[in-house]
Amino acid sequence: MKLVAVTSCPTGIAHTYMAAEALEIAARDAGHEIHVETQGAAGSNPIDPEVLANADAAIFAADVEVRDRGRFAHLPTVTAKVKSAISDAPALITAAVEKAKATPAGAAAVPAAARLATKVESDASVATRIRQWLMTGVSYMIPFVAAGGILIALGFMFGGDEVVTKLYGGTYHGVTYQDVAGSLPSGINGGVDKLIAQAGYAGLLFAVGKVAFFMLVPILAGFIAFAIADRPGLVPGIVGGLLAGATGAGFLGGLVAGGAAGAIAYYLARLRVPKGMRGIMPVVVIPLVSTILIGFVMLIVVGKPIAAGETHMTNWLNGLSGSNAILLGVILGLMMAFDMGGPVNKVAYTFGVAALASGDTKIMAAVMAAGMTPPLGLALATVVRRNLFTEAEHENGRAAWLLGASFITEGAIPFAAGDPLRVIPSLMAGSAVTGALSMAFGASLRAPHGGIWVIALIGRPVFFVLSIVVGTVVTTACVVALKSLRRTVPSKVPAHTQQPVAA
Amino acid sequence: MTDLITTDFVVLDLQADDKDDATRQLVQRLAAAGRATDADGFLADVRKREEQMSTGLPGGIGIPHARSTYITEPSLAFGRSTAGVDYGAEDGPATLIFLIAAPEGGGDEHLKILAALARKLMRSEFTDSLRSADTEQDIVEIVNREVVAS
Repeated sequence: MKLVAVTSCPTGIAHTYMAAEALEIAARDAGHEIHVETQGAAGSNPIDPEVLANADAAIFAADVEVRDRGRFAHLPTVTAKVKSAISDAPALITAAVEKAKATPAGAAAVPAAARLATKVESDASVATRIRQWLMTGVSYMIPFVAAGGILIALGFMFGGDEVVTKLYGGTYHGVTYQDVAGSLPSGINGGVDKLIAQAGYAGLLFAVGKVAFFMLVPILAGFIAFAIADRPGLVPGIVGGLLAGATGAGFLGGLVAGGAAGAIAYYLARLRVPKGMRGIMPVVVIPLVSTILIGFVMLIVVGKPIAAGETHMTNWLNGLSGSNAILLGVILGLMMAFDMGGPVNKVAYTFGVAALASGDTKIMAAVMAAGMTPPLGLALATVVRRNLFTEAEHENGRAAWLLGASFITEGAIPFAAGDPLRVIPSLMAGSAVTGALSMAFGASLRAPHGGIWVIALIGRPVFFVLSIVVGTVVTTACVVALKSLRRTVPSKVPAHTQQPVAA
Repeated sequence: MTDLITTDFVVLDLQADDKDDATRQLVQRLAAAGRATDADGFLADVRKREEQMSTGLPGGIGIPHARSTYITEPSLAFGRSTAGVDYGAEDGPATLIFLIAAPEGGGDEHLKILAALARKLMRSEFTDSLRSADTEQDIVEIVNREVVAS
């Protein structure tokens, strides 16, 4: 069990520390891990946010108000007088353990009330640190996924599938619309009035949701870089994430951008520079140099090969057009789930839309079904195996039902970004099954988007849904199996207690 | 930094009527060495702290203490009483009394040494060795050896 505690007393020179010592001894004797923050006179030693995130319960042995209590809001807590920690610490440890057991396991959670904080453990293993970097980025991205995804789903719900045409231009049922929202968020063609006149308030919801989605990858990349390099990482991380979006590199490109930006900023911030330059390093030099470098990395090193790769994949897919339909369903499924909005996904989706334009509605059905499976499979996994997911992922899982049902594949990104090697293969397996089944059943679709909201446009809807259900179960089974394997590896979190940081 | 404790601050056979008397005797030791600029003033600060919550602890330990403007250096005065002095602990009188004095605006380094002392008080190895020490010098050596600011 991982516990955290705060001790404090009016004077802050004696009881605070005695209580801390007593709790540490009692926890160790009972075989638990504890980190105690002594809010005494000798400076405070704030508990590492990552430790907080992974804690199971908190003990407040405090006679004065606990500072920054909000940090502990996600934990079951035991509150006591500081003296009771000194006289009977084992009882408090037992009480905390009981409370933790009575609370649904939200292991490895990022605090619900996430502050701008990460502080990755400095002595954790490489694998643990990478996971902590990714989870930091993911925890900041999740609200964007939920907000954007739900708004887009509402847009479909109230606006029907024509909402997309009304916003981004094209012809629907013989009426031709102008593009009024395509330049968001940098501007609105024709102004807000025209947007509302053409697409209505449903269109407004949809467009606002799209703007939130626009920020997914920049926020992911920015906060991965922030986790690695602290504040200096934020600028190159966010800019790199925007460029990942601009070059179509998707969230996998965002992971690259975040990692590269973090590494660049980390090393720049540690360069030995002449005294005269130190003052301008954090405000001018580091942001400038790191942003130039990440721009080069994302546009030239990452962007160019992606553009070339897309062309190749498109040609290759077109070459497969006449071959076995089920095989094509498998391939499209694998592609849809690989990078969720990234280049591979985009090639498969574009292939589906092109097929639709040329009158083949079955490929579009397979593409959409395979794109709905990833969020649904993960949502189901968070329900059947709660303890394999963080608290933040549970929240994302609740939204993922709606996002999956609305064919918003991005709902799976937070899961995939936090644990790509286990999640992405699972998603691909489920979507491949769904794609193959949809093709085998001969389901069809006459709209390039919309999820269950365009059920009226789906041919053989029962089989369409059945193929999604089967793929969803496959994804869930794979994710649970792969994540369970990891759980047998002992946790690498060190058992040492924190030393006061102030010198 | 001066020593937390010297042999002048150790009373191996403390005879006191009550905790106020015991505390006063220890305060006077600090005042005599110039660690407390005003014995009465510091005693008043300790009493005020004692009124908030008695400082007796299980296992026969009393820790009267205060942060006070009358204190110049973090200091520890130690008294050992055979009869025991009631510091308000539920399990009986205190036989080991630690008067912990901290300067009001003390820097972190100063306060850390007291934090380390407080942590040591929870260790029975530490308190047992104080109980069995034979001389004032033994007490000083134990404290200096065991209490190291982290």
